[in-house]
Parts: sequence; structure tokens; C-alpha cells
Amino acid sequence: MSGFLSLDLALAACITALLAALTPILRTSTHVLRSMFCLLLVATGLLAMLSGLTGLIAGGGAMLLPLGLPWLPMHVRMDALSAFFLLTIGSLLFPVAIYSQGYLRGESQLTVLAIFMPLFVLGMLGIVISDDAFTFMLFWELMSISSYFLVAFKHENQENRKAAFIYLLMAHMAGLLILGSFAVLYAACGSFEFSVMREAFVSPVWASAAFLLAGFGFGTKAGVVPLHGWLPEAHPVAPSNVSALMSGVMLKVAIFGFIRVVWDLMGAGDFQWWWGALVLAAGSCSAVTGVLLALQQHDLKRLLAYHSIENIGIILIALGLAMLLAHYGHPMLAALGLIAALYHTINHALFKGLLFMGAGAVLHSTGMRGMESMGGLIHRMPWTAALFLVACMSISALPPFNGFVSEWLIFQTALMAPQLGGALLTAIVPFSAAMLALAGALAAACFVKVFGVVFLGHARSKEASDAHEVNDWMKVGMAIPAVFCLLLGILPVLFIPLMDGVPQMMLQVSLADSVHAHGWLWLTPVDVSHSSYSASVALLGMLMLGGVAFWLLHPKGTNVRRSVAWSCGNPHTHARMQYNATSFSQPLRRIFAGIYRAEEHVRIERNRHKLLTDHVSYVVHVGDMAVKYIYQPVDRFILFIAKFIQHEHERGLHAYLAYTLLTIIFLLAVYI
Amino acid sequence: MRSALVQFFQAGMLLLLAPLLAGFVATCRARLQNRRGAGVMQPWRNLRKLFSKEVVMASHASWIFRTAPYVVFTATVMAASVVPAMLVDTPLSLIADVIALVALLALSRFFQALAGMDIGTAFGGMGASREMTFAALGEPAMLMSIFVISLSAHSTNLTSMINHTLNSPFALHPSLAFALVAMLLVALAENGRIPIDNPTTHLELTMIHEAMILEYSGRHLALMEWAAMVKLLLFSTLIVDLFMPWGMAVNTDAISLVQAFGLWLLKVAGLMIALALAETGMAKLRLFDVPEYLSGAFVIAFLGLLSFYMLEVGA
Amino acid sequence: MSDTLVPQLVDGLAALMLLTSFALLAQHRLLSVLNWFAAQGFLLATTAAVVAYGTNNHELYISALMALLLKGLLLPWLLWRVIRQLHVHREVEPLMNRTMTMLIALALTLFSFHIIQPIEKISHLMTRDSMAIAMACVLLGMLMMITRRKAITQVIGFLAVENSLFFAAIGSTNGMPLVVEIGIAFDVLIAALIFGLFFFQIRDTFDSLEVDAMHAHLIHKDDDE
Repeated sequence: MSGFLSLDLALAACITALLAALTPILRTSTHVLRSMFCLLLVATGLLAMLSGLTGLIAGGGAMLLPLGLPWLPMHVRMDALSAFFLLTIGSLLFPVAIYSQGYLRGESQLTVLAIFMPLFVLGMLGIVISDDAFTFMLFWELMSISSYFLVAFKHENQENRKAAFIYLLMAHMAGLLILGSFAVLYAACGSFEFSVMREAFVSPVWASAAFLLAGFGFGTKAGVVPLHGWLPEAHPVAPSNVSALMSGVMLKVAIFGFIRVVWDLMGAGDFQWWWGALVLAAGSCSAVTGVLLALQQHDLKRLLAYHSIENIGIILIALGLAMLLAHYGHPMLAALGLIAALYHTINHALFKGLLFMGAGAVLHSTGMRGMESMGGLIHRMPWTAALFLVACMSISALPPFNGFVSEWLIFQTALMAPQLGGALLTAIVPFSAAMLALAGALAAACFVKVFGVVFLGHARSKEASDAHEVNDWMKVGMAIPAVFCLLLGILPVLFIPLMDGVPQMMLQVSLADSVHAHGWLWLTPVDVSHSSYSASVALLGMLMLGGVAFWLLHPKGTNVRRSVAWSCGNPHTHARMQYNATSFSQPLRRIFAGIYRAEEHVRIERNRHKLLTDHVSYVVHVGDMAVKYIYQPVDRFILFIAKFIQHEHERGLHAYLAYTLLTIIFLLAVYI
Repeated sequence: MRSALVQFFQAGMLLLLAPLLAGFVATCRARLQNRRGAGVMQPWRNLRKLFSKEVVMASHASWIFRTAPYVVFTATVMAASVVPAMLVDTPLSLIADVIALVALLALSRFFQALAGMDIGTAFGGMGASREMTFAALGEPAMLMSIFVISLSAHSTNLTSMINHTLNSPFALHPSLAFALVAMLLVALAENGRIPIDNPTTHLELTMIHEAMILEYSGRHLALMEWAAMVKLLLFSTLIVDLFMPWGMAVNTDAISLVQAFGLWLLKVAGLMIALALAETGMAKLRLFDVPEYLSGAFVIAFLGLLSFYMLEVGA
Repeated sequence: MSDTLVPQLVDGLAALMLLTSFALLAQHRLLSVLNWFAAQGFLLATTAAVVAYGTNNHELYISALMALLLKGLLLPWLLWRVIRQLHVHREVEPLMNRTMTMLIALALTLFSFHIIQPIEKISHLMTRDSMAIAMACVLLGMLMMITRRKAITQVIGFLAVENSLFFAAIGSTNGMPLVVEIGIAFDVLIAALIFGLFFFQIRDTFDSLEVDAMHAHLIHKDDDE
């Protein structure tokens, strides 16, 4: 019975989301409208969290909804996987809804947001609990289309319309591919229901086809390199609360879809070795490319969007490792990899949501997205700065926050490489772990840049020096994920057993015993002699040490004297003499010049005399290689085909008759 | 109980001996260069002087700048107290395995770089940018060389890794030699020694680490410098632990502890003499040769991994 | 894992052999390339001697001595003389980014490991572990020939390939018959002498030792005719 409780809660969450989407019908004032739909979304978030928690603790259930087409009723079901993703969605939606209450203050076009944001949420909730391909695709398209309208929110701007169009195009390509993979599975079993698909036998060739279709489809939606073209365009233009949801949760729903189709429907027993290797390679590639491109961005939200690509890559590294380990018959270790992937999923949802909310707060208060004209905001926005710092540390995988726990788990999984068969894999796996280390360390460099340029130093523009702290709604909205980040960072031992249902469902093994075999303080995923980590003790130790140091070093009466900055004896500093985002990443631009292929232009103006320099300007542009080498050629190819067909169409009646005749001859020749 | 006492003694020793060791390196270098040097106690004298001095801080320094020395210091000391120096099985070594240890050091570096950016001078930003860049390039090499050892020990836990080395019969391990070389190269870079960085220079073209802490004074500067010294000792203890742990105490009786303590000092001093020799013999690299140096370290570590599979597992 | 000293020594020497192959690729200066090449020759000689000791095969001692004299001393000295007399520019000029070359080299090593693994399983020699490394060294020598601009570095690459083949011979069959060995050694010596002569001739004809320059020169000649 308890299982139905969780499913009921999930359906209740869906209904509140639907109600929230209907609020504009009431035609109230914008103020009331905002409060109503934000409140309903808060309720949706809470219900989703509760439903996820009860689902994880008490197990799930299935139900037939009295909706849908007569011959295709809608199946919904709650299992550990959907419960986990409901928890992820809920725990970000809840703070984002609170944040929206403050962020949307003064927003005039509220109706569009009030309709499509809840619909977007409804789509994601529906995907997670759906139990047949039809329902899945229905909600998938609902999610894609409603998020299109959210990306196109500021449609007055030509650029934004273009970004939204690219997004729509790629989302639909993804949808088509996913539909293809369901079609392959349908052909094998003759039913759209997931429960039938699970039992069906798929021949290895068709299984590989379904895997590839699902991988490319969900990969496009998740933004895996090189299918990520839409992501850095779409995320920055959406309103920040929506970007938080898109980056924090929507990409995770794509990961959910991948796990659902490949792990659950096809089953871990069907894995072939190259599936895992492919996922691992795609993950490593995304992680490193994502962070390298992120380092060269100056638009705060665009930078964060590239970091989403990196983090999706990290999740895929863990998933790929787990798939390899599952294929080679090590379910326990595969479970560890799966847990690591899921842990990073919820972590990324929380800290990336927080980062986008922080970027939104900065945007709200300065009206700018470009980092080059910010600076010194820590003095004007102390709360935002502190909360943003928490997210920066989490994403840089620094203890004691949550990002480190999941990366640590992934490293532990990668260390199991000797258990794999085959010479190539045993060496490639450590290599991808090294790529993960590189990506993690570069992410730390990137967030030093972000925090240093945006919040530290001197203000680089008037807007930045006039910035003000955001309102309490937004502060609370940002504080909640920050607290979650810390809790997930220091208490992984309490959280991992909650997630244990997922590996139990996929691999029929449980990690719960070994994880907290040594009490709640010590995280020991395999064995205590193998590895252990305790953030809580480390944090406690550091606090004590820091306290002692502070107490010893602060005798009364020795205060700090404030003065101008020393700067090697040159106190005449100017805000423009600071290192900015471009200069911070210059060494990397030079080191990875072969990857960036940056276009640099230095212009020196000498108007008065050939020796007197009036003005020097340095412009650097780092493009996305995927756009240049994949998207543009594809684009040109399609245009070429279209032109060709257009040309062929202009030939007049005789040509058409000739086409008809040729077709008839062809059909006769082939079919008779 | 006794092992807990040893643990505290060990951590205290790491903390107190770190400045002495820095002084030892400086003296060795001075002797090698036909100078007298200021003596091994000089870093201690410097610290004492800095601790008693007043703190002068830029007028718009934020709380990041004020807390960073404490974070840097405590994270480094926390990492140091996790590393076994004399006794193999210490209670605190459970807190963090090698990977978590590297992450604690990354935490301290993160705050150091932020503090560098906080004042808004060109120097601070330059130091932060370079430090983070080179640290990022060094990380894969470091991890790969740790991987090589933990692959044979089936563990990332320091205690288990040391036990593995102590208990396995003596044999030539080419993979370990590669890993050691890679680790030494990375350790030079991580600690900002020649040929990557020069801890004694304040020349803007060459400095990395010093550029970040340029604005610090008084006790804050003392904490930062002390942390750097602890880090040097931490790295040498780590290298000793991973590659030559012979003689470490397995149980807590007094004789083996004293013996282990003496051996540890000897081994670390040997490493420091090697460091002084290397620093005297080598010139500082050009800044943009550093990536090649670090990728070289990565290649060597990866060779270690490959030769582990080729030569030591294959049989 | 090996339990006697000799196989361990051979393993260690194999690892060093791999290291020298990588070092040859990584060098900036031509003279240090030569030094590493000479070191490789000494390594070969040591390996042959160790294997000779381990298998009680006295012919291998002669091989070792020949390797020492020919590959450790004579060939490096010949090449050194060529460099000095022709005033070759002392920098190695790679065609490709050095880090990229290293990554490719790692991939090649991995590949040869992958290829050799099934063979290792059926071999019973004590030196079988080193076969993958010998194979990798052959590929690395070829990589060196591909990615370097100067004819002289290409020759060193060629000789490194020959070194690795010698190493493979020791590894796979405990050395070739002495007659073959001596024959090959003289072949290599003659080849090196001819290369040396060619260098002088080529320089006289083309004013350069860069392969691209020769190619361009020939094309221009074609145009002229």
C-alpha cells in the first residue's frame, strides 16, 4: 500500500503543476499571478521530493491512468529509478520556485512563464513516472516544446529567436532518434508497455541499434559533445530560473531516459563491451571539451552552460565504467559506478541550479551577463557571493562539499580497472580517470576565474559598483540548495543507502552493507582497507584547527590596519589593470592552442605619429569547434541538397513526366 | 589509545619540523653554491617575526582575503596529519585516502588563488591564473602515478598501500620507478620549486606562488608560508610512504617507534638534499615550457601504468 | 610475477628500453637525441648479456659485445661526426606538436600491448613480457621517422627500429643464431656508412638535409625541364 502512497504523491505533484499552468486563466493582477503560480510550483516541488523519498524508502507501485487513447491507456509506475529522479527534480524545483517569486518581481510578460514553466515541470515529472513508450514520448515532447517557449521568452531579440530555433530543431532530432529506439524495442515485443519490453528478447544487432539510437537521442538532449550545439545557445537566453531548471534537471531527465532505456528496458545482461567503451569515450570527451570551452567564455550564463556539458560528461564516465564492469560480470562494482553516476546527477542538479540562480541574481542586480564589466560584487552582494562560493566549491570537487564525493566515487570505480578483461580497456579506463582529474582541476581553475572576476577585486563598471543585494526570496531560494550541497557532501553514508534501490533493481546487488559497514562517519564503498573518506571528520578537524589557530593568533589589541594595496610598491592601481576573464584564461588558450584555434586580433591605432600609440585593442574569439567542423558542414550539405531539389523542381512539365516514367520503370524493375 | 597519541605526536612533528626542513634545504643550497646560508632555524625566526607583526591589509579586501590563510593552513595541516610518518596504522588515516588528500590540497590552492584575485592587483590575478593552470595540468600526472601504486596494492588507502609494499617480497618494479619519477616531477611543480617556480624570487616574470600572497602581511603571511613549508614536508613524507616505507613502525612499542622516527627523518633529509642538488643544478624553465614538463610527467606515469600491465600483471 | 632476479632484470631493462624510445621522441636537441640513442645501444648490450647469463647461451655474449661496440659506440660516433662536419642545425624540427606526438606514442604502445597479449599467453620464455615493449619500440621508431623533418633524425629513427628488432629477437627467441647476428650487424654498419656518404652527397646537391626541401627541389627541377 505504501508504494501507492508515493505514486499518489507524484500524481498530486503533476496535478499541482497542471493547476499552476492554468493560473493565467484567472486573469488576476501580475502580482497575484506570480505568487499563485510560484506557490503552486513550490507545492509541486515539495510533493515531488516527498514522493521521491517515500518511493525510495518504501518502494513503488504501478497504476493505469484513465487517460490517453482508447487502445493505448497511459501506464504510470513508481520504482527506485523514477523515485530517485523525482527526488532530484523536486529538490531543485522547490528552491527555484521560491527564488522565482523574487526573481520575477517586476516582470511584465508573466503569462508566458506562468503557462510554460509549470508545463515544462509537468513534462519532466511525467517522463519520470511513465511506464509505456507512448506516455514517455508524450511527456517528452511536452517538455521539449514548453521549454522551447521558455528559451524564446525574450523573443524581441533576433539572437534569442535563433537560439530557440536551434534548440527546437535539435530537440526534435533527439525526439525522433528516441522514437526510433522505442520502435526497435516495439518490433521485438509488439507492445509499447515497458513491462513487456523488459521481458522481450532483442537480438544483439537490434539491441545495438536501439542502444545507438537511444544514446544519440538522449545524448543530444543531454548535450554530449559533439551533439551539444544547442546547449550553450539556449541556456543563456532563457530566464535564469528557467536556465537553472533546464541545466539542473532537464539534462538529468535525458540521463534518466538513457538509464531507463539502456539499463532497465534492455537490461544489464545485454550489454556489449563497446557500449560501455563508447559511453566512456563520449563522457571523457565531453568532460574535457566542455570545461576547456567554458574557460574561454565571458558570458557568465554561457560559461555555466558549457560546464553543464562537462558535468554530463562526468556522469557518462561513471555510467560507462558501470556498463563495462557490468558486462565483465562485476555487478557489485558496476553498482558502485551506477551509484557514483546518480550521486553526481543529484549533485550537479543542486550546484548547477544554485550557480544559475546566482548568475540570475547578478543579472538581476547589475543587468549584465558579461563578466568583463563586473568585479567587487562581494562587497555589494555578500549573501549571493557566499552562496555562489559554495556552488563554486561544489562544482570544483572540493571537500567538504558534495561534488567531491561523487568524483571520489568515480575514481574508486575507475580503480577497479584491473577487474576488466582485455588489455585495451584496462589501460583506457585509467586514462579516462586522468581526463576526469584534468577536467576537475580545470573546473577549479574556471571557478576561481568566475568568482575572482565577478565577485572579487574592484568593480569594472558603474553598474557593478551600483549593484545591490537581492531580495529575501532569492536569498532563501539560493540558500536551500547550498545547504543540500553541504549535507550531501558530509553525510554521503546516509544518502547512498537511500539510492540503493536503483542498483538492486538493475543489477540485483546491494551496496548498502559495505558502504556504511564502519558507521555513519566513514564512507567505505568497497572495503575499509581499500578506501575510506570522511568529510565530516575532516570538516570537524579543520574547524577545530582553524579555531585554535585563530584563537592563538588573535591576542587582544592587535588589530588589522587598513591601507592602500601594496601591489609591489605601485599603489596607483586601476580597475582595468586587474586580471579579467580573458587574461585569466590566456595561459590555457596558449597551451591548448591546437584545440581552441582562437582568432586573435591586436589593433594598434597610431593617428598622430607612427611612434605615438593612441589606442590598443585586443580581440580574441574562441569558437566552438563542433559548430565549425560538424554543424556548419551539415548545414551547408542540407542547403546544397535543398538547392539541388529546388533546381530540379523548376524544370517544367516534361521533366515531371520524365520523373514519373523513371519511377515507374524503377518500381517495375525492382518489384517484378 | 597509544596509536592516537602517536598520531598527535606525528602531526605535531610534521607541523614543527616543516620550517626546519625548509631551512635545511636553503642551507644545503647555500653550501652547494659556496655560501654560508642563514642556518636551519631561519624560517622559524621569520615566522616568529611575522607572527608578532601588525597586519596591514588593502582597504577593500573582503572576508575571503582574511579567511583564506586559515583555510589554506588548516587544509594543509589536515592533509599532513592524515599521512603516516612513523606508524603505519594511525586512526586518522581513515579520514582521507590519497585522492581525498589531493583534494584537501586542492581546497587550499583554491582559496590561495581566490585571495590572489581579491585585492584586484595585476600580480594577484597573474599568480592565480598561472597557479590554477599549472595545477590543472599537474593533476592528471599526479593521479596517474598514484594509480600505478594503488593498482598493485588494490587500494587508495595509505595504510593499506604501505602495508602492501612492506609485506611484498623485494622485487624490481619498473612501474614503480616510473611512478616515482613522475611523482617527483609533479612534487617539484606542486611545491613551486625550481624549475617551475622559484620560492625565493619576487621577479614578476617568473613568480607564481609568491604573486598570489604578495599582499599578505603579519600573521596571515606567516600562516601562508608555514602552510607552504608543511606542504613540502607532506609531499616528501608521501613519497617516502609510497615508494620507500621500509622501517616504518607496524606496532606501537617504543623501540620501533624511535627507529621509525629516525629513519623517517633520514629519508626526508635525503630527499631534501636531492631537492637542493636539483635546484642548484637546474635553471628555471620558461613559463610556457612548463606544460611540456608536466605532460612529460604524465607520459612517464602512463608508461608506468603500461609497464605495470605489460611486465608485472602479464606473467 | 617473476620470482628470480634475471627475469626481473630483463623486465627492468625492457622498461628502460621503452623509456629511451620515448626519450628519443621527446628531445629538443639533436645531440641529446644521439646521447639517448647511444644509451639505447648500451641497454641492448646489457640485455643481451643478462639474457646470456640467464640462459647460459654463450653466443649471446658475443652479440652483447657487438651491440656495445656497434650500437653503443660506433654508430653514435659516426652520426655525431656527420652532424659536426655538416654543421647541421642543432634543433630537432618536429612536424607535429610534441605533446600530440607523445599522446600518439602512448596510443601506439597501448596498441602493441593489445596486439601482443594473445602471443604472450602461449610463449614460455622468461623474456616473453618484453615482447610487447619491443613491438612498441619498433612502432615508436617509425613514429619518429614520420614526425621529424630532418633526414638525420629519420636515420636515427630507422636505427632505433633496428635496435628494437634486435631487442625483440632477444626477447622472443633468446637471440638469433650468431651468423645471422653478425650478418645483420654488418648490414647495419654498412647502411650507416652509406647513409653518412649520402648525407654529404645530399648536402652538396640540395644545400639542405631537410626532406621537404629535397622534395621541393625535385619538383622544381621537374618544372624546369
